[in-house]
Parts: sequence; C-alpha cells; structure tokens
Amino acid sequence: MDIVYTIWLRNVKRYLRSRSRIIGSLGMPLFFLLILGFGLNSVVRGPHMGHGYVSFIVPGIVSMSVLFTSMFSGIQIIWDKQFGFLKETLVAPVSRLEIMLGQTLGGATTALIQGLIILVLSLFVGLEVTGLPGFVLAIGFMILIGVAFTALGIAIASRMEDMHGFQLIMNFVIFPIFGLSGALFPIDSLPVWLHSLTLLDPLTYGVEGIRYGLAGTAQVGPLVSLSALGAFTVVMVGIGAWLFRGIQI
Amino acid sequence: MLAVRVEELTKDFDGLRAVDHVSFSIAGGRIFGLLGPNGAGKSTTLAMLSTVLRPTSGAAWINGFDIRSDPSSVRKSIGIVFQDQSLDEELTCYENMDFHGRLYRVPRRIRQPKIGELLTLVGLAERQGDLVKTFSGGMRRRLEIARGLLHEPRVLFLDEPTLGLDPQTRNHLWAYIERLNREREITIILTTHYMDEADKLCDEVAIIDHGRIIASDTPAALKRQIGGDVVILESSNNDRILPHLQALPAVKQVELRDGAISIKLDQAERHIAELVTRASQDGVSINSISVHKPTLEDVFLHFTGRTIREEDASGKDRMRMARRLWRR
Repeated sequence: MDIVYTIWLRNVKRYLRSRSRIIGSLGMPLFFLLILGFGLNSVVRGPHMGHGYVSFIVPGIVSMSVLFTSMFSGIQIIWDKQFGFLKETLVAPVSRLEIMLGQTLGGATTALIQGLIILVLSLFVGLEVTGLPGFVLAIGFMILIGVAFTALGIAIASRMEDMHGFQLIMNFVIFPIFGLSGALFPIDSLPVWLHSLTLLDPLTYGVEGIRYGLAGTAQVGPLVSLSALGAFTVVMVGIGAWLFRGIQI
Repeated sequence: MLAVRVEELTKDFDGLRAVDHVSFSIAGGRIFGLLGPNGAGKSTTLAMLSTVLRPTSGAAWINGFDIRSDPSSVRKSIGIVFQDQSLDEELTCYENMDFHGRLYRVPRRIRQPKIGELLTLVGLAERQGDLVKTFSGGMRRRLEIARGLLHEPRVLFLDEPTLGLDPQTRNHLWAYIERLNREREITIILTTHYMDEADKLCDEVAIIDHGRIIASDTPAALKRQIGGDVVILESSNNDRILPHLQALPAVKQVELRDGAISIKLDQAERHIAELVTRASQDGVSINSISVHKPTLEDVFLHFTGRTIREEDASGKDRMRMARRLWRR
C-alpha cells in the first residue's frame, strides 16, 4: 500500500502544482456548460428536464470533465516514458501492479477534483442539489468514471510509443465515448439503433448515475448504472494492469 | 567476495546479437569500466545486469543474487544512474529523493537524514527545495547519483555518467565517483566510450566491441600488453648515440624517425636519466626529450584496428547531446 500511496502522492503533487493544467482543462467543460447550457436552454424542452436544459447537462459536463482528465492522466505515462522517469519506477523493487494502481488512483483523484470544481461552479448557474446522499452518490460515480478511464488511458499508453497517436485517441476514443453517453441529450428520445448504441457506452451509466444523484431521476436505474459502470471499472483495471505489465522502456 | 559475476551473458534482438557470450567478474569495492564505442553492447549488458532486460542466454549474479531467478533482491542491492535522465522535473530535488526512498522502502527516520547527507555529498543541499527543471545538466547528474545511493546499494551502475557534460563538470563528477568508491566501498560498474574516463577512474577495464569482450585487465596492464612507453629524443648527433642507446638493458627497440630517435622501453620515467647520461658521455647535447605513454585509445586501436572516434555518434546520441546542451 505504501508504494501505491507514493505513486499516488507524486501524481497529485504534480497536478496541484500545475495551475495552468487545472485551469486549462476547466476551459472546455465550462464552455460547453455555459454556451450549450444557456444557448439551448430556451429552445430545448424535454420530459426529463424539470429544471431546464442547464441543470440537465450538468451531470454530463461533470462526467466529461472527469473523463477527459482521467484519460489524459492515464496517457501521461507516455510522457514519463519519454522523459525517462518511468525507468526510475520500473527498476525499483516494486511490482508493476503497485505502480499501475498508484497511477490509476492518482489519475482518478485529479479527475475527481476536476469534476468537483465543475460541480461547484454549476451551483452558480442554477444546479440544485437534492440532498447530501444524492451528492455522495454522484461523487461515487465520479470516482468510478475516474478509475475506469485512467486505467483505460494506462492500457492505451502501455501500447503506444509516443504522443503522436494522441490525436487519434482523442478523436476515435474520447469524443465518441463522450458524444454517445447521453451527456448532452436524453437517451430515451433517440431512435432505437442509436439508443442501443448509447447503452453500449460505459460513460452513459456514469452520466445517468450522477444525474440520479443530483436530480433524483434518471433514464437508467441507479442500480443498473452502478453495476454496469462497476463491472466496466473492474475490467478496465484488469486490462490496464495486464498491459502495463508488458510495458517496454 | 565477488560483487558481480557474469557468465556467457548473451542478448539477441530480432536475430541481431547485441551482447555475445560476455563473461567477467568484479571484486567488491572496485571500479569496473565497460569501454567501447556506441552500439557495442555496453548499455544492453547493463540493462540485463539491472534486470531491466532478460538475457537470451547466460547467467549473472549481483551481490550473490541471480538476475534471472531473484530480480527483486538484485534491484534492492543496486543503484542505477541511466544514460538518459530519469528525474521528475516537476518535483523538487528533495521530492525526487523522497520518492525514491519511499519506493525502496527506506524508513522515514533513516530517509530524512540520509537525503540531507547525500545532497550535501553531491553539493546540492542548498538547492533541495528547487524544482529539478531549473537544474543544469551537471546538477541533474549529481542528483541522480545521490538518488541512486539513497537505499545504500552495494553496487552502483553508471551508464555513460559524463556524456554531454562540459569538462569542468566531468572533472567534478569523477572526483565524486572516486570519493564514493573510496569512502563507502561501493563497487561501481560504469560504461563509457571516453578513454580518458576509463583510464582515470577504473581499477579494471573490459573493452567491448560488437558485443564481445576483446580485452580485460587493469588499464596499466592493458597498456603494457601492447608494448611499453616511447621516448622521443632529439639530439645534436642522432647517429652517434643511436647504437649506444640500443645497447642499454632497459631499451627494447630504437629507430630513427623524422630526425628524432624513437625509443621503446618499459617504465620510461625510471630510465630517462640513463638515456641522458649516455648521451652526455658521448658528448652529444640533447635538444628535446619527451615521454609518450600509451593510452587506452592505443589499446583499442591495437585490438580492433580502428580508433574509437571513427565511430560516428549515432543519431540517438546526437539527440541526447543536443538535449543536454539545450538544457544547460
């Protein structure tokens, strides 16, 4: 555990120290929240939007923020590889599983902080929290999203040589996961084929889980969300750990 | 006790043999150098000994631990300074040390004073709170050496420790390395393609080329092996004294070359007085006299038929050098 903590500590320290990164990665979610939220607030009316479109997309934007930060944290292993720091950890008498878990928890923590910042800022644009248990439930889902996608990032990074493929990952992994997740629209009103596609997206369950926690209603039941996302997280950590074992330096 | 024992170590990469049945052993407390041009297999050998790479065949023991069956014990008992930097630039000097100490499970009450002590040793105590990205190339190297010592390894691996550093920094680093070896009795195994570095630092040198060790001994013995020293003597009458010099017992060979006498002999500094006395007995005045000791460069030339400098720096090395220069 002390090794996992050591690696976690390094990740969190680095994160807290890079103010530009914190502020930089708040940019896009805030942009989505404000422009889309207020831009479409008066136009979009749906059966699930009791408090208007802004409130509806807050869980989606929070998920987006957690997704982006965690994926990026995972992929950052490539930087460690290129700047040589990964060697320092890999030749230490510690297991790769410990290193991977430390990285995963570190990435998930930074992603959670990032999501919480968005959540707090959302309070100023009209988010109404139903109660403490709901809020805690939302945080639980944010942690799951963070762990799952940091692990996915690590899995991808373990197979990548350098950052050249990052754009590819951005366009063909991160954006589709975000776009299909029902972060920006109610999935019930979609055509059947698209609806079933969204149900294949693990982030859908994260978004719906957070939405249930914050608003008290969701289109996917909280237990279904919890088990689907929980299972995905376990599988991702497994795959990430397995691929990280084979990483070459 | 042997600190390092290597037997027939071999590594193939996709049919290419990078290290070819290499064997050597290092007694505890010595400085051992793997000397060879770029791409000779030095770093690959080091990577296998530090359990980063698995050997294709052969065996090795570090501090008595088998690198194949007990990599974890090997890792605990060695310190490594890689050819490329492996510091976290976003952390401070102290934090880099602290991270390493925690990774190697050095208990806090030992870790904290030890970090202070090591940073003092390498002259970085005053900069311990600064981010590593503000450090020069030499400072980074020193920090890496200090970090490699934090868990008290009995063997320290240094991969091209002074590559790309300026002469002054190199001299400082050499002094540190020698002090470490002397005061803490740490066995040091270093790779280098700098002849002067191997000559200055190493108790023993293995010359490696195309993955094979072609000669291994103390630097002095290697140089003796290829023939002794050369004294170049210019006098007012070369022809007159030449046969007399030849008759001296210490002299092995004498020839006239470019208007000067070239005398081959062992331990030239001991016999130079005899040469001068002989000349003055003949009434010949000496215009100039100089002693040339063979270098490891000559040794490498002797065994491989080419100089080490003929090997062009590979693209990767040039990039490394450029990166380090740019940082400084």
